[in-house]
Amino acid sequence: MSRIADRFAALKREGRGALVTYLQAYDPDPATSLAILRGLPGAGVDVIEIGMPFTDPMADGPSIQKSALRALKAGATLSRVLALVRDLRREDATTPVVLMGYLNPILSYGVDRFCTDAAASGVDGLIVVDVPPEEADEIEPQARAAGLDMIRLIAPTTDDARLPRVLAATTGFVYYVSITGITGTRSASTADLAAAIPRIRRHTALPVCIGFGIRSPAQAAEAARIADGAVVGTALVDTLAASLDEAGRARPDTVRVVLDGVRSLAEAVRTGR
Amino acid sequence: MNLPLPNSFRQGPDARGRFGEFGGRFVAETLMPLILEVEQAYAAARREPAFDAEWRRLLTHYVGRPSPLWHAERLTEHLRKGAASDKGAKIYFKRDELNHTGAHKINAVLGQILLARRMGKTRIIAETGAGQHGVATATACALFDLPCTVFMGATDVERQQPNVFRMKLLGAEVRPVTSGSATLKDAMNEALRYWVANVQDTYYCIGTVAGPHPYPMMVRDFQSVIGAETREQIMAAEGRLPDALFAAIGGGSNAMGLFHPFLDEPAVRMVGVEAAGRGLHTEEHAASLERGRPGVLHGNRMYLLQDDDGQVQEAHSISAGLDYPGVGPEHSWLHELGRVEYVGATDDEALAAFQLCSRLEGIIPALEPAHALAAVTRLAPGMPRESLLVMNLCGRGDKDIFTVAKHLGVAM
Repeated sequence: MSRIADRFAALKREGRGALVTYLQAYDPDPATSLAILRGLPGAGVDVIEIGMPFTDPMADGPSIQKSALRALKAGATLSRVLALVRDLRREDATTPVVLMGYLNPILSYGVDRFCTDAAASGVDGLIVVDVPPEEADEIEPQARAAGLDMIRLIAPTTDDARLPRVLAATTGFVYYVSITGITGTRSASTADLAAAIPRIRRHTALPVCIGFGIRSPAQAAEAARIADGAVVGTALVDTLAASLDEAGRARPDTVRVVLDGVRSLAEAVRTGR
Repeated sequence: MNLPLPNSFRQGPDARGRFGEFGGRFVAETLMPLILEVEQAYAAARREPAFDAEWRRLLTHYVGRPSPLWHAERLTEHLRKGAASDKGAKIYFKRDELNHTGAHKINAVLGQILLARRMGKTRIIAETGAGQHGVATATACALFDLPCTVFMGATDVERQQPNVFRMKLLGAEVRPVTSGSATLKDAMNEALRYWVANVQDTYYCIGTVAGPHPYPMMVRDFQSVIGAETREQIMAAEGRLPDALFAAIGGGSNAMGLFHPFLDEPAVRMVGVEAAGRGLHTEEHAASLERGRPGVLHGNRMYLLQDDDGQVQEAHSISAGLDYPGVGPEHSWLHELGRVEYVGATDDEALAAFQLCSRLEGIIPALEPAHALAAVTRLAPGMPRESLLVMNLCGRGDKDIFTVAKHLGVAM
């Protein structure tokens, strides 16, 4: 079994949902980024999602757009993101790592080589936002051959006729985008989520995680209870951004502040509050 | 490439929205169902004669089509002066600058707004660079009483003030976009982001032959009215097809509209003119085909200005309408097949052509077609004297006089 399947199976036995966190690689600099990533498992993160910086992140709100620009300024490239994952893997062999980003940098790197290198670096799954099932042959065969899961987004606009098609192209877990909108802008209501998740479960046995618009520990706890996991991204990116100095550089307490934020999310997910 | 040449250049795109490897639908899942809905609605509308009739009624009585085909006699004579005695093409202008709102953009906007109404959408959004597409969209929205939001890079808002004011007069909301390089590329990102958040009631009226399928095809179909008219008009004037077509390329909508009806006429040479900015040897240009490589942005695969890591680079052009790092997928495909030649014209060459056209023909062109004209002044003197050349004068220069004055050192 893959690390992703292992982890969700273990959490199921434990009787709780997963905390999935998103942070952009190299934000605000490689050393700080690595220190935060290394601290995530200890702070209670179950699945680590790492953003691959791109100049034009179509599905992301202002926070993650700015974070991508900080990361690019700090020298981020796909090969450096993979090196970061290898550094993380030296200390952690079990926490699943999922890379999230956009297709163009992967095309530029070479899809075959990227999938092979990512798997060899310890990556478990990919979320490529701008590759819907209609374009899956751009990357899915290569990802599958390398043993990477292709985690797909399901949106509120994905209707029942379309769901099976999207799910058929999904492995690892399902990422439910809880709002029609971009990252970090608004949140779904409990009622919406309570209706949406069973609709997805009727079509798949894969774990379902909820993302986009989950900011507070309480929201994370609720999402992890309704589904199999909660993804928190923008809130942590905002915490990181707020800890930087005027020039956008990390301060001595940046790593601690971000990990403190993670710990309170993890505690909420574990206690269900 | 070892692919066999297709027996028609006019059959694209395929069912996946591809022109060869270009095009496609690279959008987030949230948008995908809506993209499919637009595709279905457009396919249904095309089958309906009443839809076409309504669009053509608007083109005739509101836009003022057909636009004239003008024999630019003084320009022709001027360029023959420097040419060999048997050289110097006869030059015609397809005068789409005479359209209501001052450019070709209105052709596709009206088609799309009629489609949006059929789809029951009640809000319209658009991106704009120079402001021509924004003005056209704001105009159609005023006519059809639809709320309109136009996304425009903050840099472009600064350099295209007259069009910003026009859009506001027409009742549109103009949202300056400050992310990224704050130009057309970022306006399109922001429009797509807004659309994702407002899918239920909003139609995104894209201004060029780019974006996810079906936009490149749909905008091309509407803009092909330019080429179809040109074909009839040149036959009436000269009794034969033209030898060469010239048009400026940003995203490529006016060029695609002129070229498409002629693509299967092997004797018709086609030249697309990209913005070479401060020169193709510099990094400040917008020549996606000549200096870019295939990549994916804004929902489609196309030639793209990007660095070695696949990060999108900023384009540069004196013309805000050409200041875009990509180019439509059909142009990308025609470029690789070699059916259309793509050349560059610099900021300075465009400025010179802008002034030349004003003085010789009494027509102040927009900076976008001034690029096409710059290539005409370079290439027409080498063409046989009996050859016929048609250039798409796709926009008028009213919006650009401040920019040009600044570059000429004139205080206004």
